[in-house]
Amino acid sequence: MGINLTQKELERELRERSPASESLIRSLYNCDRRHFLKVSLKFAGMAAAASVIQPHGFQLINVAHAATSPDDDVAFRFAYISDTHLYARGMTHRFAKAVLKAVEDVNALDPQPDFVLFGGDLAQLGRPDELDFGHQLLKELRAPVRMMVGEHDWYLDMGEKWRELFGPDRYSFDHEGIHFATLNSVIEKDFWTEKGLTPEERMGIVAGLDDGRQSRFEVGEEQRDWLSRDLDGVDRKTPIVVFSHSPLYKYFYNWNFWTDDAEEVQEILFRFENVTVVHGHTHQLLTNRIKNISFHGMLSTAWPWPYAPSGLPEVTLQMDRADPFDELDALGDGTVDVLNNGQVNKHYNLWSRNPRTVRYADLKAGIKGGGPSY
Amino acid sequence: MSLSRTSGWIGGVVAASAVALFFALGGARQDRSLPQMVAGEHDGWASRTVWACDRRKAVVVQGVRPNEKMSPAKAQQVASLLMDLMRFCDEEVVARVSVNEQITLSVNGLPYRQYIPGGELPIQLVHSAKDHGRREQAIWKAELDKLVGEGDRLFHSDEIGSNGIACAMCHPDGSNNHPETYPKFQTQLKKVALLREMVNWCIENPMEGPPLAHDDPRMMALEAYILSTRAGVPLEIGKH
Repeated sequence: MGINLTQKELERELRERSPASESLIRSLYNCDRRHFLKVSLKFAGMAAAASVIQPHGFQLINVAHAATSPDDDVAFRFAYISDTHLYARGMTHRFAKAVLKAVEDVNALDPQPDFVLFGGDLAQLGRPDELDFGHQLLKELRAPVRMMVGEHDWYLDMGEKWRELFGPDRYSFDHEGIHFATLNSVIEKDFWTEKGLTPEERMGIVAGLDDGRQSRFEVGEEQRDWLSRDLDGVDRKTPIVVFSHSPLYKYFYNWNFWTDDAEEVQEILFRFENVTVVHGHTHQLLTNRIKNISFHGMLSTAWPWPYAPSGLPEVTLQMDRADPFDELDALGDGTVDVLNNGQVNKHYNLWSRNPRTVRYADLKAGIKGGGPSY
Repeated sequence: MSLSRTSGWIGGVVAASAVALFFALGGARQDRSLPQMVAGEHDGWASRTVWACDRRKAVVVQGVRPNEKMSPAKAQQVASLLMDLMRFCDEEVVARVSVNEQITLSVNGLPYRQYIPGGELPIQLVHSAKDHGRREQAIWKAELDKLVGEGDRLFHSDEIGSNGIACAMCHPDGSNNHPETYPKFQTQLKKVALLREMVNWCIENPMEGPPLAHDDPRMMALEAYILSTRAGVPLEIGKH
């Protein structure tokens, strides 16, 4: 994530203003996580004193905020890579190169994230060779990977190959006092049997975002029951983080930026004090807040999607329209800082633009996202 | 392909509860040409159609799904519009209320024209002072649909490029193309460009395919589809 560049830039910036900062910066990049956070606070004060308004390394952005609010008190961090849409066309294909770039970004994080969330749509057409290829590329990650499934992974063989490689498509786990639940939220009602479609035709239709022949995404009754049961024994004060490929709310019907049973799923989550949903599929900066639930989209590494003509939540901090002449624009990866209060600060590491952060404190205050810049 | 892709959302024939007193439900009636005209509106938006009791006036409300309840304000707008249209008793009129509240009318199957409620019926000036017949219009539409449909197919297919990427991956429903702003000075190309030059740029770069000749039937089809997604949007050449 441009760590070297960032480090150099900031070093230069701060050295000019305060020669004493140099050793502190060096230690910042050579310490364990606990020490890192401690040093971060010092650094934040110093950065503020030196009026570093817009540091370019997103690692340091949360650090700079750390001193400003108890709502920014970081418990741990995970990274994300999402929507890689791989074709099995070798390492020279632009989508494969982009995955490697994301892997390098995440591997360069120091300290390493506790884990890496993969946000679904590893493959483009769900083919075994595409999924195998993605599996190989993700093996390069140093940190453990938590997988989530997307519709592009699923509708050729209804998830058979994906589950063979990565295990169950829904699961829960606990980490540092947070309860995580991963859903398969790309279930579609059967539109193919009656029409006698081949698996390839079914996959092709689902792969078309604007292809109205498919059904809308849903979590489904069976899986909602599973989620309810999974959360039965969990205290309402325990922070919940849900990983879901589709947004778990209704944004734009015609492009399936949509979860048809979103209200029912949200109802299950309303009894908890702190809930965060991290989702893929929309390929854009995207934020929403419904009652106690914060929703954060993830960037794609393959291609960006424009904002839909309607339904964009007001709290979304909008990215600018992508420059088609810049192969990496509006693409990237990012990290999620899980705060001690169970909420998250979400970082978007845009490859061709300044990094953007969506802070819980701003969401809580109801600040509208704003933008784009033109 | 394009037509069948969207037809599932279109043409739900229902009436809002607020206007039920005046306007009856128009269920399975397929024996007239008017319902077919409405069903042919395939602009990619979910829409809900409300019929007047005379079966000769309809309002297509875009941005409202067939089974979605309209807001009281929207239902009132539709009811008022239908009442207004009843002034033109002898005509078959389809009014379309766009998502940005613009109203256009198609009178007796003629092309849509802007309409201000309470105003005169838009008049289609025709050559030889003779109305175009329905058959004539059906041919125009079928021919245009064929070209737009082929463009839609190509736009959603990977056969134009070489690396599996399709236009629609970045431009679902043809969005984010802004064809109405061409020609314009395309800063990245450092010259004034036509839409087809930008289409070729995308074919050669993200899609890594060979550029198309400007009169290649595939280029014409792509242009037709891209333009069809912006029907009714004012032409603003040069706009960035």
